[in-house]
Amino acid sequence: MMKRLTDSLWNFLQTKVKPHFTKGGKFENLYYLYEAIETFLFLPPEVTHDKPGTHVRDGMNLKRLMIHVVFALIPPMLFGIWNIGHQHFLAIGEYTGLTEGFIDKFIVGIKVFLPILIVIMAVGGTIEVLFAIIRKHPVTEGFLVTGPLIALIVPPTIPLWMVAVATAFAVTFGKEIFGGTGMNIVNTALLARAFLFFAYPAHMSGDQVWIYLGEAADKLVDGFSGATPLAIAAEGGYQALKSFSYQSYGFWDMFFGWIPGSIGETSTLAILLGAGLLLHTGVADWRIMASMLLGGIFTALLFNAFPANDYMALPWYYHLVMGGFAFGLVYMATDPVTSASTFTGKWVYGFLIGVVALIIRVLNPAYPEGVMLAILLGNVSAPLIDHLVIKSYISRRERQVSTITTASQTTEQKTVKEASHA
Amino acid sequence: MAYPVIKLKRGYDLLIEGEAEEKIIPLPEVPTTVAIKPTDFLGIRPIPKLLKKEGSIKAGEPLFYDKDYGEELTWTAPASGEIVEIRRGPKRRIEEIVILLDKEQDYYEHETSLDSAETVRKALLASGLWALMVQRPYGLVPRPDEKPDAIFMSMFDTHPLAPRLEFLVKDYEDDFLAGWEALKKLADGLPIFLGYSADRSHEDIFLSLNGNNVRKYFFSGPHPSGNVGIHIHHLFPTYKGARKVWTIKPQYLVWWGRLFRKGIVDLTTKIALTAHEVKEPAFYETIAGVNVKALLKGQLKNDHVRVISGNVLTGTKIDPEKGHVSIKDNMVTVIPEGDFPEFHGWILTHYPKPSISRTFLSGVLYHLGLSVKYKVNTKLHGEPRPFVVTGEYEQVTPMDLYPQHLLKAIIVKDLDLMEQLGIHEVVEEDLALCEFVCTSKTPVQKILREGIEFFRHEVG
Repeated sequence: MMKRLTDSLWNFLQTKVKPHFTKGGKFENLYYLYEAIETFLFLPPEVTHDKPGTHVRDGMNLKRLMIHVVFALIPPMLFGIWNIGHQHFLAIGEYTGLTEGFIDKFIVGIKVFLPILIVIMAVGGTIEVLFAIIRKHPVTEGFLVTGPLIALIVPPTIPLWMVAVATAFAVTFGKEIFGGTGMNIVNTALLARAFLFFAYPAHMSGDQVWIYLGEAADKLVDGFSGATPLAIAAEGGYQALKSFSYQSYGFWDMFFGWIPGSIGETSTLAILLGAGLLLHTGVADWRIMASMLLGGIFTALLFNAFPANDYMALPWYYHLVMGGFAFGLVYMATDPVTSASTFTGKWVYGFLIGVVALIIRVLNPAYPEGVMLAILLGNVSAPLIDHLVIKSYISRRERQVSTITTASQTTEQKTVKEASHA
Repeated sequence: MAYPVIKLKRGYDLLIEGEAEEKIIPLPEVPTTVAIKPTDFLGIRPIPKLLKKEGSIKAGEPLFYDKDYGEELTWTAPASGEIVEIRRGPKRRIEEIVILLDKEQDYYEHETSLDSAETVRKALLASGLWALMVQRPYGLVPRPDEKPDAIFMSMFDTHPLAPRLEFLVKDYEDDFLAGWEALKKLADGLPIFLGYSADRSHEDIFLSLNGNNVRKYFFSGPHPSGNVGIHIHHLFPTYKGARKVWTIKPQYLVWWGRLFRKGIVDLTTKIALTAHEVKEPAFYETIAGVNVKALLKGQLKNDHVRVISGNVLTGTKIDPEKGHVSIKDNMVTVIPEGDFPEFHGWILTHYPKPSISRTFLSGVLYHLGLSVKYKVNTKLHGEPRPFVVTGEYEQVTPMDLYPQHLLKAIIVKDLDLMEQLGIHEVVEEDLALCEFVCTSKTPVQKILREGIEFFRHEVG
């Protein structure tokens, strides 16, 4: 039944729709738009044909890869939607319990989140398709992930037109002018956020943007504060965090994520669920996650050892659950296109990001959060890191050759190792 | 005696249903033609100089030579009969020289002797069996006037559905051992490296090969652990062209042996018909290079198949009606064509697909160490894309090498970088798995061969 239905859909596409989009058809310029839709509906019947070439290919493809990242984004997305509502009702003193008003909180969250996501997908998708049509290349899958990512790293109060502008900027100048998916230097989603951060700082930082108040702005409870744990810690360190009165900012509160923040970044638990999927499927590189985690912990411990101010004394494990550290570690730093491409390089790259993120967060008074800037710095350093790794590989192999030629006839090699960059 | 074992972890065993049973079954049809394909021999010009264009020819009678290699090295007819067709491809390149088989084989007599390296060399060059060797770097036919620094022979084949090499030389033991003597003579004291599998058991016929200059190593791990290129990389690297290595496959030594024992070129061999589209996967005993129709008749489960001379990773597609098995191949693989659409096939799995990606159950099972056999097809399973994923090629390349960076160097035609990243160390078969696993569906082997040819042309 299903098979007959899909078969007739395929035949309909091939005989009734496709001819209009191929050469000589009415919409021949829009061929790649048609192709994008067709390849979304059907895995194409294309077979292996290269000579020389393999006749059988792995079932993996880029669409499948990207959709798994989208799956991994679902836990933080769902939690973020709920949390928008939770923070909203907390501010007006209704449903203050965690389990109360689940549906209402979710509805408020959907109302806020869905428009943001739709605007991003529409703007970014349109630009992708436009470029594909003009440059005559297939619509690639990159934006499938970039879109939801942008939506999850902005504050819930962000004006929609700003998101639209930022998305347009990032997709055009961050990706398409470099040649599209696979060619970009920096993570497109982070570039969108950086654009917002520097272009509209009032809407991206401070105490006013992290909680969606909407109509309820005049019904706030006494003692309301929209400050994020990061802002409070930056001002008063560990003590201020502990004595914060509006809501509890303990370690576990931040781990579970019922705190204000960018939509998807607050719940470390939800992010860990996504990380579990990414690591289980091998879609994201564990080396980058591990090394960024180590870099962050290392730097935080260093601060703990020499606590020149209250913030530096903040226990190291707090840093892992605050702000965007976990989200950046799992979803941003691991972007294969913009991260280092060698195994050794990945360790250096991740560690660098972890260290720099904490340095900016704790030591730099201008920016409350350093993860975004650290990853962008990591992105632009990645080619250099790879270059150095490759250079050292080359000089190691060249030394090997010189020992071969000096000991020309001694062919025995005592130690045989598998590739040392394993 | 304990031999060194080299443990390779990276790689992938693509397991396909329809392994050939180790028995000889009668041919469904008497083969009518054989062909020799100049394209099987890399390094020669697209249009070699034909010595005979028509008329009858004996098995082992000189057929063509290449201007670059000189007249000393002649390719000879694989069997006796009448030259009936010279199939040409684009730009008139010769793709196949087809010989209509005689009922009784008539052999051209070669004068051979195992006296010295020089007599062996002369006999191999005159009989065309020289060209069965492959030179590293670049994977070319070795030049008659050169000498290598070592000779490598891999005693096992880890390609999908590849036959056990011991079975290929079974019943021809005397010929094989004579061929081995010839190889030792040809080596003339140069080291001969034999690579054995540490995971499979070998028979005495292989294990008993000995000599002063013979070095034996054992390799364990998944494919491509049986590739001679991997062995060379670990034991005697040709990085930056520091050394030259000649390689040969054990089954060809049978033909060498016949040449030296009887003075004839007799390419009788065993050819396996494999994979799940074949009714009875087993071996045929016939002449190398026969028309594939003779092997396939009545053996196919359906018509819409791809017939591959060789294995699914490195073989060549041949026409089931008019095509010929390559002389260098001892197997024919038949798999279904995958030219059907799959509804949401990039996310839904309609049938088990082999993969190293753990987004598939098959990938999870593989990583758990369970070996499951699959029915495969020729579907590309996606669309070509720019490089996105990193570290994927490294997972299946048990070499100290950066395959993706090497490919990028080839694409941008950076000669220095190609050399530094090891273009001398790999040929298509060594990176075939990279092509199999590639998420972006990059034609790795094609790019690599074009890169090697470009490099050779520019650097010499």
